[in-house]
Amino acid sequence: MANYFKMAYRNLGRHRRRTFLSALALALGTALLMFIAAFFQGEMRSSMETTLRLNTGHIQVQDADYDPDKLSVAWEYLLENPEQAAAQIEALDAVQVATPRLLASGIVSAGDESVGVQIMGVVPDSAANDPYRNLVAGNFITADDREGIVIGAPLAKSLGLNAGDSLNLLINTSEGGVDQQQFIVRGIFTTGTTAYDKGIVFLPLSKAQAFSGATNHASLIFVLLKDREQAEDVKAALHGEGIKVETWTEMNELLTLVNDFSDAYLAIINLIILSITATVIVNTLLMSVFERTREIGILSAIGMKGRQVVALFLAEAFLLALAGVAAGSLMGWACSAYFGKVGIYFGDLGMSSDMLLNDRIFTILPLDSALNLIVTAFVITIAASLYPARIASRMEPVEALHKAQ
Amino acid sequence: MEVAKLTGVTRVYKIGEVETRALNGVSLTINDGEFTSLVGPSGSGKTTLLQLIGCLDKPSAGKVFIAGKETSSLNRNQRADLRKGTIGFVFQFFALIPTLTAYENVEMPLLLNGKSSAQRKERVMDLLNAVGMTGRAHHRPDQLSGGQQQRVAVARALAAAPKLILADEPTANLDTENGEQVMELMKRLNKETRTTFVFATHDPRVIRYASRVVTLEDGAIVKDANG
Repeated sequence: MANYFKMAYRNLGRHRRRTFLSALALALGTALLMFIAAFFQGEMRSSMETTLRLNTGHIQVQDADYDPDKLSVAWEYLLENPEQAAAQIEALDAVQVATPRLLASGIVSAGDESVGVQIMGVVPDSAANDPYRNLVAGNFITADDREGIVIGAPLAKSLGLNAGDSLNLLINTSEGGVDQQQFIVRGIFTTGTTAYDKGIVFLPLSKAQAFSGATNHASLIFVLLKDREQAEDVKAALHGEGIKVETWTEMNELLTLVNDFSDAYLAIINLIILSITATVIVNTLLMSVFERTREIGILSAIGMKGRQVVALFLAEAFLLALAGVAAGSLMGWACSAYFGKVGIYFGDLGMSSDMLLNDRIFTILPLDSALNLIVTAFVITIAASLYPARIASRMEPVEALHKAQ
Repeated sequence: MEVAKLTGVTRVYKIGEVETRALNGVSLTINDGEFTSLVGPSGSGKTTLLQLIGCLDKPSAGKVFIAGKETSSLNRNQRADLRKGTIGFVFQFFALIPTLTAYENVEMPLLLNGKSSAQRKERVMDLLNAVGMTGRAHHRPDQLSGGQQQRVAVARALAAAPKLILADEPTANLDTENGEQVMELMKRLNKETRTTFVFATHDPRVIRYASRVVTLEDGAIVKDANG
């Protein structure tokens, strides 16, 4: 076996530039595979986490007739005494946090500018609001604040507002009318998702209830679990008359579908890249076979069998794959690690609230994915080399020697 | 004792619609220890005959026996097995593997025959010594002259101690001095080891070394005489 590798190593050394370029193609292919896998993983995880963290949570409890698209604060669509229900839900072992939220539609005005927004009344102390506590200016609202509001950085920028400035907020009330009030911008937050931050403002729940007329009511109870896979179990434990309980998979059908299909997309991309790389390897080894027709004839003449000729070329492919895949893995890992730290900035992608994405995608390369790709690239390279190796092994010695002459 | 025997061997090559009869009903017996020369003009069938004796090719008709074994029914791998232990080759062009040193080239048949490292080393050094190439053992073919390469090729042909060595125009690409050195080397090894040599040539200076001269014309043996 060692002799096959010795011969293979020397054969690869005959045309160093060609060997280098073939190994480079394999390295770039492997690196690209790893980077794309890391990007997909980062994108899907970011999308899932951002959407769950900011938008839906793991479970929502709503009135049976509540329509989240209408943002109505009419009492018949709302939950009564939501704090009490939230406290009961939070007492469950699987639940990390449960907090009531009131959602209403409104318009923010400052100077001559007006922007339509979603108004969210939150219990300020709840850990569910942690994503909004990343403030670029000012402070988060407190429960007893009657004039304070927190707005997102892109909204603040578009309205030319800073912490401490005043704005006018108009709200659709529970009785179907509108009301308006001056608020002071207590803080300006950023979640890293521009599409979300530019369209939402936060008030303390009690203030939002009073302002909208939805006294002692909330649109939903937002629930985060310790493990989101327990959502169905927790849902089964939550029942009551006139309410509906939805899990994150039910609320994010599009996202879960995209997530499920991402493996298939990735497999197609991998197939395309590996096919290109395999073609380079086949081409290199085919050239090598045709250049060495005479040698194959000589080796056959002195008694080398077909399978030994195959082994000789497989040894070359093995060394080529080893060098290419190793270098590619290193490049892919380095790229993924770098962009996993600094991220790739895409800015406001304008995604719908069904599927939120962070402005910056951080690549993630799990070890099992990396190993999977390394093994796949390696196996495909070796498999691709079987074709030229079989051609070499099937040469009749007399024909090989004749061609050489 | 018969090392090789051909009975009524015909070889027809077909290229498109054109058939070329390279050998036509040739019968020949090569006995143990002979130093036989196949002579004749270009196209007379010398190389085809050597290839059939060497199991590199199969006859269109007739039978080829090597060491008593009929070979025309053997498959590719069985023929390779037969060659590696029974037949050595010296080719007209200096047929060494360019990436291997002289030592490694001679070692190759021993590797294919599954000899141990110690056995290989002893045998290769003996053979390189026999052909006067010990000092060049670790040189690659491109660092050797044509004559030196052909001496290494002779050593490689002898490596697995075959019964029969087939040489196709072994001196064709060598100058007179080197050609004579190679022929004297083969003649000496024939005497010392009793290995049977069959070589094809049309060089009169080489024919004089042969103990038997078989003359071919138009794919048939026209003369078979002791030298």
